[in-house]
Amino acid sequence: MSTFIQQLINGISLGAIYSLIALGYTMVYGVLKLINFAHGDVYMVGAFMGYYLANGLGARGAQMLGMDSDGVVARGLLGGGAMEPSLITALVVMLLAMAICAALGVVIERLAYRPVRKYSRLTALITAIGVSLLLENGGQVVFGADPKFFPELFTKQNIDLGGGVSVNSSDIVVLVIAVALMVVLQFIVYQTKTGKAMRAVSFNLTSAKLMGINTDRIIAFTFALGSALAAAAGVLVAIRIPRIDPLMGILVGLKAFVAAVLGGIGNIPGAMLGGLLIGITETLVVGYLSPTYKDAVAFAILILVLLFRPSGLLGSVAQEKV
Amino acid sequence: MPRYARNLVVALLLLAVLYALDYFVFDPGRRMISPYVARIIMLAGINITLAVSLNLINGFTGQFSIGHAGFMAVGAYSSAYFSINQGARLAAGLGDGLLGWAAALLLATPLGALVAGAAGFLVGVPSLRLKGDYLAIVTLGFGQIIVVFLNNIEAIGGARGYSGIPIVKSFFWIALVAVLTIVVVHNLVHSAIGRALVSIREDELASEAMGVNTTRYKVMAFVISSALAGAGGVLLAHFDGYLNPKSFEFIKSFEILIMIILGGLGSIVGSVLGAVVLTVLPEALREFAQYRMVIYSVLLIVLMITRPNGLLGGLDPFKGWRARDRAKTRTEAEEITAEDTRDNDSVDKATLGERAGDTSLGEGDTRR
Repeated sequence: MSTFIQQLINGISLGAIYSLIALGYTMVYGVLKLINFAHGDVYMVGAFMGYYLANGLGARGAQMLGMDSDGVVARGLLGGGAMEPSLITALVVMLLAMAICAALGVVIERLAYRPVRKYSRLTALITAIGVSLLLENGGQVVFGADPKFFPELFTKQNIDLGGGVSVNSSDIVVLVIAVALMVVLQFIVYQTKTGKAMRAVSFNLTSAKLMGINTDRIIAFTFALGSALAAAAGVLVAIRIPRIDPLMGILVGLKAFVAAVLGGIGNIPGAMLGGLLIGITETLVVGYLSPTYKDAVAFAILILVLLFRPSGLLGSVAQEKV
Repeated sequence: MPRYARNLVVALLLLAVLYALDYFVFDPGRRMISPYVARIIMLAGINITLAVSLNLINGFTGQFSIGHAGFMAVGAYSSAYFSINQGARLAAGLGDGLLGWAAALLLATPLGALVAGAAGFLVGVPSLRLKGDYLAIVTLGFGQIIVVFLNNIEAIGGARGYSGIPIVKSFFWIALVAVLTIVVVHNLVHSAIGRALVSIREDELASEAMGVNTTRYKVMAFVISSALAGAGGVLLAHFDGYLNPKSFEFIKSFEILIMIILGGLGSIVGSVLGAVVLTVLPEALREFAQYRMVIYSVLLIVLMITRPNGLLGGLDPFKGWRARDRAKTRTEAEEITAEDTRDNDSVDKATLGERAGDTSLGEGDTRR
């Protein structure tokens, strides 16, 4: 039983990260009907931005890299300021990475997706694959193809919950931050005017435009929001498992997309639910069955769900019109 | 001359030409072309098989499948297993020469195609009930699951890869399979079955109302497409003598997809062209070393922006004329919704007050 609870906790933490990425997929799909294959790579860029920022701010990673031999906290690149590893560091790093990736998302939308928006959805899809390849290959050139070790942003420790169950503090931090971000997202989408415009655009782009909504701006905003969440997920993943490489976004992105479809693509609570489900099942399969089949799990669930409920768990059922 | 006799003559002539090319140009002993060039031409041939077969289901039937590499893998691995365990013995029995390997491949290729077709049937029957993006993602999922299984079956090498497959680098064989694929797809598309397939692509509901058994035809197209992809896989397996599950990940499916979209969906000539261009392009960019794939992806994006319907998309005079005609009647409001690559119904749908342009991926929009 204690193993089960332990696995469940790990699964929820992993699932929260999938949810964050899935949200970006689902929002972009909502407004553009586009499977943004580059989204997983934005998440990768987010993790790398976190890496450079953390080292720049002089977190403990610098020590780990051997830049600090005499026990003093390493000097960062940013004016030599020394920053102790703490939750504040982690938050600052994450927020900056989110800002950078939000900008990246807007740039991608402006340069690659907007020019093809008037063409068929297939064209847009291939463009998305192109952007994805560009980020992966560009990442290998710019960041280097070798895996990098993410610095420790705050001191991790295991918290014993009794009964043989323990939680790593990083899992708690990941979960709290992820939930907080989702609450913020809920607020933006359901309580603000921009959010209302987003929902209008995803309901019907043409009508939204006729109602005087600046759809271009809303779409750009959606990309910014989604990319920021992906970047947050990137940093959070790196906090949990501090090993990042330029191809890390491929499979995770795919699974997050599966999570979005699972919950009902275009549906925001669905993406959160889908992410959690995929995360938990994957962890349970690794724990109880076989770790080698873990990558098949997400797809197997997806196939089963789609065969019995083709619009996803929370998606509305399509009406066929003649 | 009766038709079958004429066809027979054409077929024999073709065989002769392919064999002559193989004998005079591709024989490494004669040094007509460098092994490098020969390799690229043969790879292009394999890619033509894959692209044309994918075009049958994606381009002609309009069912958006992105798990093609999975079926290719099934064909490749099953034929490799056969060649290692039976084919080699058979070839040795016939003298291990040209004749022996021709016989072995003659068995291995249909076998790979058959197994891949069976896999296509198993995947197709449940998933073809889905449409658009959902079908896409399910086929992608099946493709990934196949890769996970390949990674875990030790009898075929697992994650280490499957080595020791007899190498038969034969231009004749590769070209023959490619030509056969083209002929099969071309004839199929220009038959009654083909018209049923195209009617499903254009409007599945109307097609069904006209009495077309859409499920049956969709599954049929899917199975044939998978089987041909399997044949492409057989070629690949015997080309390098080594298979790795990594090379059948969804990236490979995307590669094939890019070929047919680059060439123009629903165009066999386009698929051939797309396959050749996308085989040669990465090689041509080789001198840029590490920037090769970066340039490749930038080119892909630029191409999609400048030629959204593929290289041959606007060149078809009839298609171009209709597209221009439609452009005149298009209003701005219609323009913001995504435009259809195919040339039928975006205007009609818009005037009916329906959201136009979703059809190229099928019914992905669930909130109508």
